[in-house]
Formats: sequence, C-alpha cells, structure tokens
Amino acid sequence: MRPRQIALHAALTAGGLAMLFPFGWMLLTSFKSVRQMLNDPLSWLPDPWRWANYPDALDAMPFGLAYWNSFYIAALNVALTLLTSAMAAYAFARIRFRGSEVLFVVFLATQMVPAQVTVVPLYLMLAEFGWIDSHLSLIVPTVANPFAVFLLRQFIRAVPVELEEAARIDGAGRWRCFWNVVLPNIRPGLGALGIIAFLASWNSFFFPLIFLNSPELATVPLLLSQFSGQRTAVDYGLILAASAIAVVPTLIAFLVGQRRIINSMAASGLGGR
Amino acid sequence: MALLTRARPGRVRDRDGWWAAFFLAPQVVALAVFLVGPLCFAVVLAFMHWDGLGQKEWAGLANFAATLSDPQFGRAVWNTVKLALLTVPAGLGLALLIAIALNSVRGGGFYRVLYFLPVVTSSVAVALMWQIILAGDEFGVLNTSLERWFGIPAPDWLGDPDWVIVAIAAVTIWSSLGLNVVIFLAGLQTIPPQIVEAARMDGAGGLRIFRSVTLPLLSPTIFFSSVVAVISSFQAFDQIYVLVDPEYNEGARTIVYQVYELGFLDFQFGLSSAAALILLVLTLLVTLVQFAAQKRLVHYDS
Repeated sequence: MRPRQIALHAALTAGGLAMLFPFGWMLLTSFKSVRQMLNDPLSWLPDPWRWANYPDALDAMPFGLAYWNSFYIAALNVALTLLTSAMAAYAFARIRFRGSEVLFVVFLATQMVPAQVTVVPLYLMLAEFGWIDSHLSLIVPTVANPFAVFLLRQFIRAVPVELEEAARIDGAGRWRCFWNVVLPNIRPGLGALGIIAFLASWNSFFFPLIFLNSPELATVPLLLSQFSGQRTAVDYGLILAASAIAVVPTLIAFLVGQRRIINSMAASGLGGR
Repeated sequence: MALLTRARPGRVRDRDGWWAAFFLAPQVVALAVFLVGPLCFAVVLAFMHWDGLGQKEWAGLANFAATLSDPQFGRAVWNTVKLALLTVPAGLGLALLIAIALNSVRGGGFYRVLYFLPVVTSSVAVALMWQIILAGDEFGVLNTSLERWFGIPAPDWLGDPDWVIVAIAAVTIWSSLGLNVVIFLAGLQTIPPQIVEAARMDGAGGLRIFRSVTLPLLSPTIFFSSVVAVISSFQAFDQIYVLVDPEYNEGARTIVYQVYELGFLDFQFGLSSAAALILLVLTLLVTLVQFAAQKRLVHYDS
C-alpha cells in the first residue's frame, strides 16, 4: 500500500505543479523588465525587480473603476438570480398548476441555446431599450437563468413538505411559507448558486465586449483584454502585472471559500444528470 | 393526519394558479424577453438582408446558401469540430485519471484546490498568462526551452494556422480540467465501497474493478460531462479572442467567431444569424447523437 500512495502523491504533485506554473510564471514575469526577458526568457527570478510595472499598469487603464463596476454588477446579478430563481423553483416544486410539466421542459430546453445564437437580436433589442453602453445590458438579461431554477428546485424538493403544511395550518400564506419556511431550509443551495452566479458574472467577457463601449463602464476582464499582445505593443511585464492585478483578488476569495465553491460546483455538475 | 392531508399544498386549484403565476412571473418574463424572443427574432433575421440601418429585405434561403458555400465558414466549422475532438476526449480522460488518483489518496483536498484554480480564473487572464508561455517570438517560454534543452525547433503555436487549434485546445483542457475532476470525484464518492470490496473479494484486480465497477457506475456522470464539454467547446470564444485574434489567424476561426465578426464587425445581421442557427443545429445534432449512444453505453441503476 505504502509505495503506491507515494507514487500517487508524486504524480498528483507533478500535475498540480503543471496547473500552478502559469500562475507562478505570471507573478514572476510581472516584476521583470522587457530587457531581462529579451536577454533570457527562461530566467526565473526578476533581476532587477521592476516594481514599477504595477503602477504603470494601473496608470495605463482605470482598474479601480473596473473593479467597482465588476463588483456591483456581480452583486446585483447574484441578488436578482437568487430571488427570482428561488421563486420559480418554489412554484415548480410545490405548486400544482396547469402546464407545470410542459413549462419546466421549456425551461430546460432553453438552456441548450448558446448565448451566441441570440446575441445579435438581443443586441438589437437592447439598443431599442437604450441599454447599449449601459450596465443594464449586463444586469437585467442575465436574470433569465433556467439552470438556477433547476438547481434550486432540486434543493426545495428535499425540504420536507410537512414543515410547510404545519406553517399553513398556523395560517401562513404562500409567500410566508416561501420566505420563512422554504428559503431558510435551502441556505446551502442558495449559497452554492450565489457563488456560481458571482463567478459567472465576474468572469463574463462576451457580453461586456459586445454591449459596452465607454472605457469608464468597462469590467475587469474587458479592460484586461485590451492588454492582449495581439492588440497593443508587447510589454509582457506590464501585461502580466495587469493580469495579476485582475486575478489575485479572485484567487484570494477562492482560497478563502474553496471548500464551499468546489463542492457546490461539483454538486451542480452531478445534479444536472 | 387527515387534517394534514387536507392542508396539502395544491388543493385549491384556482388560487394556486394565481400564486404559481406570481412566483413564476420574473423568470418567465425574463426568459421570454431575453431568450425566447431573441431566438425567434434570430430565426426571422436569418431569412433577411439587413445591416441594421436600411430596410429589411426578405432573403429567402440566400443567407444559408451564402454561409454554407463560403469557404471561410467551412474552415470555421472544421476548426470548431477539431477543437471539440481535441479537447473533449483528452480533457475528460485526463480528468478521470486525476479523479481516480485523488479518490485513492489520503489528503486529496489540497490537490483539489490546485486543479480547480484555473476554473475560477477569468478566461481573459488565462489567455494572457498562456500568451507568454506559447509566444512564438523570443519571449516564448515553451519554445525557448524546447530549443535550448532539447534542440527541437517548435512551431509558432499562436501564429501558425496549422497549430493554433492545438494550442487553444491545450489551454482549454488546462482551464476546464479542475471542474471535470471535482465532478468525477463527487461521482466516485457516491460509489458504495461495499461494491468495490465485494469485487475485490471475488478476486478482481485494479484494472478489472475499474472496467467492471467504477466505469459503469460513473457512466451517467461521464455522459453528462461529455454533453456539457461538447457544448462548451462549440461555444468557446473568450480565450480564442484574446489568445489569438482570428482576424489575423484563419486557423483559429470558429463558428462562434464567425457569428461575432459577421454581426458586430461587418453588421451583416442576416448572415450572422444564419451562421448562429447552423451552430445551434450542429449542437442539437451532436447532443442527439450523444443521447443515442448513451442508451448503449451508459449504465443507470434500476
């Protein structure tokens, strides 16, 4: 048993290092000068450490503003997604109504449609609303989230129906049942969904790229994409300093909540089968 | 008990219909306005000539004919299929190996975090990190080391149209690996240890247990992940757009990029919608094939 454990640990560590390498290389290179990279692209440690890459990156683009934009958009997305999808999930799990099953299948089917199929008409429609180059284009349409409804429906179905019946006998209406009985009992589901929704919004790139124009409205990924070597003069030190500025806070957030994040993503993967 | 049964939700049909409508309204309205509506509009647009400014003109099947006979679109379809073929089997296979290793090792939680890091990282940042590793110029870490240590001349991964899809596939596998690992790991942990124990008692070796116990019991999870993986590889955009601009490298042009370019760079809304619908049909076809194959390959416990 023992040698096998050691071999497995060795293999997993090697794989883990391969996963870490791009992150480590990003951090190290973000302190290098272009001259050093030209002299020896394989040199590990920055020599000298060029701390100025960070202020330079922050000067080149309005990162502080982008952080605030990304944060408040993601927070609103999470709040709207949790409330509306829990409501719909409650209706599907607990209320009998005509067409319930058909409607649920329609919900599931719409999940198959790639965002790119509807993006042109969506753009034209949002332009009619006057929402192009406005954060409304990123906040409101993402409310439609069949996956979230599906996930929470699973959680609500696991709540014993007797709890609700007891509340109803005590005179609680549908809304009170939903708000005071069901929601507190699906907290883990809401937490998991909240994290998934936050990450999806924070990392979203396709819609901001298409719907936003003004630099002061840009989200973090959108701003970061401006640094791509394909589009600007190549100063990899600066590019990677910008990447680090964009990535490190999310990495910290992930490390703090990693157990819950990983478990919820794994559960949502299993739940969908 | 009789009282409880009478109070069961769903007895008063009329009132519950109204309550259902109330609870469903926000999601249903959002879905209708932002998903179903645009989908229907996309179908209409695909049969129109329209640049967003002038009159809409009925085009019949002209957009589909033009799209299907466009050699550039042909390349885009081929690149999309190639990307799926390169990422899905290799990515899922690798994830399965890692999940099995993690499942049979003590203290796997730490590795789980390592493998999961790229999943939570912005796709744009991932593309930028890999740009410097894969760069074909004197900055490229991979090629410089290949040449210096092994004397192998390597292709310009991001610049060479023949190799760029391979590079994109590698980055895609790297960034999505962790998600499949934790899903498979969760699936493996639902396999009752008694079954594995019983197989071992009957004299089955590690490989035999894998083939006859683990794989069948995990097959619903693998099937689900493969459907998701194919769909998301068909929709890949962010990393391709940042890693290599397909405008300058035809080898990276996928159907999704074609939809984006026709719609938002050329303002050919009809052509763009036609290409998008072809992507949708392709997605549905592949999913149907997967569901058909599932009947024969996937084991559901009865």
